[in-house]
Amino acid sequence: MLRVEGLYSGYGRIEALHGIDIDVREGEIVALIGANGAGKTTLLMTICGNPRASAGRVTLAGEDITGLPTHLIARRGLAHSPEGRRIFPRMSVLENLRMGASIADPRHFKDDLDRVLGLFPRLGERLDQRGGTLSGGEQQMLAIGRALMSRPRLLLLDEPSLGLAPLVVRQIFEIIATINREQGVTVLLVEQNAFHALSLAHRAHVMVTGRIALSGSGAELLNNPEIRAHYLDGGAGGGAVSTS
Amino acid sequence: MEYFFQQVINGLTLGAIYGLIALGYTMVYGIIGMINFAHGEIYMLGAFISLVAFLVFSSISGGSVALALLAALLVTMVFTALWGWVVERMAYRPLRGAPRLAPLISAIGVSILLQNFVQIAQGARVKPLPPVIQGGVTLDLGAAFSLSISWLQIVIFVLTLTLMAGFTWMIARTSLGRAQRATEQDMKMAALLGVNVDRVVSATFVIGAALAGVAGMMVTLYYGVIDFYIGFLAGIKAFTAAVLGGIGSLPGAMLGGLLIGLTESLWSAYFSIQYKDVATFAILVGVLLFRPSGLLGRPDVEKV
Ligand SMILES: Nc1ncnc2c1ncn2[C@@H]1O[C@H](COP(=O)(O)OP(=O)(O)OP(=O)(O)O)[C@@H](O)[C@H]1O
Ligand SMILES: [Mg+2]
Repeated sequence: MLRVEGLYSGYGRIEALHGIDIDVREGEIVALIGANGAGKTTLLMTICGNPRASAGRVTLAGEDITGLPTHLIARRGLAHSPEGRRIFPRMSVLENLRMGASIADPRHFKDDLDRVLGLFPRLGERLDQRGGTLSGGEQQMLAIGRALMSRPRLLLLDEPSLGLAPLVVRQIFEIIATINREQGVTVLLVEQNAFHALSLAHRAHVMVTGRIALSGSGAELLNNPEIRAHYLDGGAGGGAVSTS
Repeated sequence: MEYFFQQVINGLTLGAIYGLIALGYTMVYGIIGMINFAHGEIYMLGAFISLVAFLVFSSISGGSVALALLAALLVTMVFTALWGWVVERMAYRPLRGAPRLAPLISAIGVSILLQNFVQIAQGARVKPLPPVIQGGVTLDLGAAFSLSISWLQIVIFVLTLTLMAGFTWMIARTSLGRAQRATEQDMKMAALLGVNVDRVVSATFVIGAALAGVAGMMVTLYYGVIDFYIGFLAGIKAFTAAVLGGIGSLPGAMLGGLLIGLTESLWSAYFSIQYKDVATFAILVGVLLFRPSGLLGRPDVEKV
């Protein structure tokens, strides 16, 4: 579904990704974990064409999308619920969802809306509320719901659990599993919450300062002592796995 | 009293025109966070295009003034819209992401270019247009109190209000309007959702320019004289209107336009006509000093 090969990227003269290789197969949930500043957000954004990759290749379902402008990448069926949620603050919940459906066939709108509101009933009660006044958890639901409105093949989720209460975190992860299982959406999930992410994911990659340090199935990484020490057992984000 | 109301009517007519220009400023500012300094010249260009188009069409339309006016209006909107597109492509798009001063300077460059182009093509002298729409209605409101409103004023008012209403509807209800608001609020996110941000920005310049073109035509009809230099003053006044209403706010631009028109007309009536422009600039300075967010500008209270 998604294949990233030798990807380099950064901001101006600062290089943040030093040759990333990952692949995400159809129907999978792949988790990407790593400490703050490892480059996880940069990787997701580079896949979406902003910033542009300085070297390497990104292919989506076999088609090269490296260097395409962001909006055309979105139109290939890649949806992004970005870091910080980026809800349009002065638009209503319904309008935010409509923006998510910008590239979808308008005839599907009603169905897609029902589907998303079925996943997130809270949003249904607040369709006319302005996005900027939603609670953090509601904004996260809206960000995911908005991404789903375009019927994506691949969903990129950047720290959907950030700043949420444990109960809401669990809800969000359950919904991600549902989306994947019942609606067949492939998911690439960036998380600080390594335990939840690894339990959910079929496979996972660990990122350290712009490189992939470790890859494996979710269960393997959950039981890997190094991972346990650094990202689980209360040591979340405290250190880094060595690259060697 | 009669005199006062008469001036109010004149002021509102003028203000409607300023409001139409102000919409373009405020819309472009909202979406790319920059003042389009070439906007006043687009309005001036609209005035000239409408003059030429009207003269051409009235000579071939066989005497139907209404038809000639309508055709001139359409031609004016099309050509100013085209210029709006050119300005964005030439002065703004290549410099997106450059330091903020750069596009301002290139926009000023474009406005000088347009001014000189019209000066050379049309000559520096004032161009007259004999009154096209004459007559009016007189409202008798009791003893010794009557107001006269010219047909032209009514045409200007109806046309500008219709355009403003249509425009407001477009922003609120259509998918282009929604994409414009989304782009204004978070350009990067809009792109992530598949919105072609470049196209949205272009459309914003184009629509703003077409509205300014209509304003140019209205002024040509209203005053009957134009020259290549009118864009500067009208531009600053409409800019003041946009700032007064709250830059970025569409209702604010319309309200600001009406208030500036009223100020100008009442000031000329009761104080001194020579200093009418000073009154506008005093408002600009005052708003910038004491209420930079303007009357309807948003106070920024969102969480995000
Ligand atoms: N806009 C930017 N300009 C310059 N440097 C940036 C920018 N955004 C990120 N960086 C740098 O790139 C590196 C990777 O950042 P990135 O946001 O991708 O990390 P992350 O893994 O998502 O971290 P977190 O878990 O904190 O979200 C960091 O060193 C960061 O300082
Ligand atoms: Mg991040």
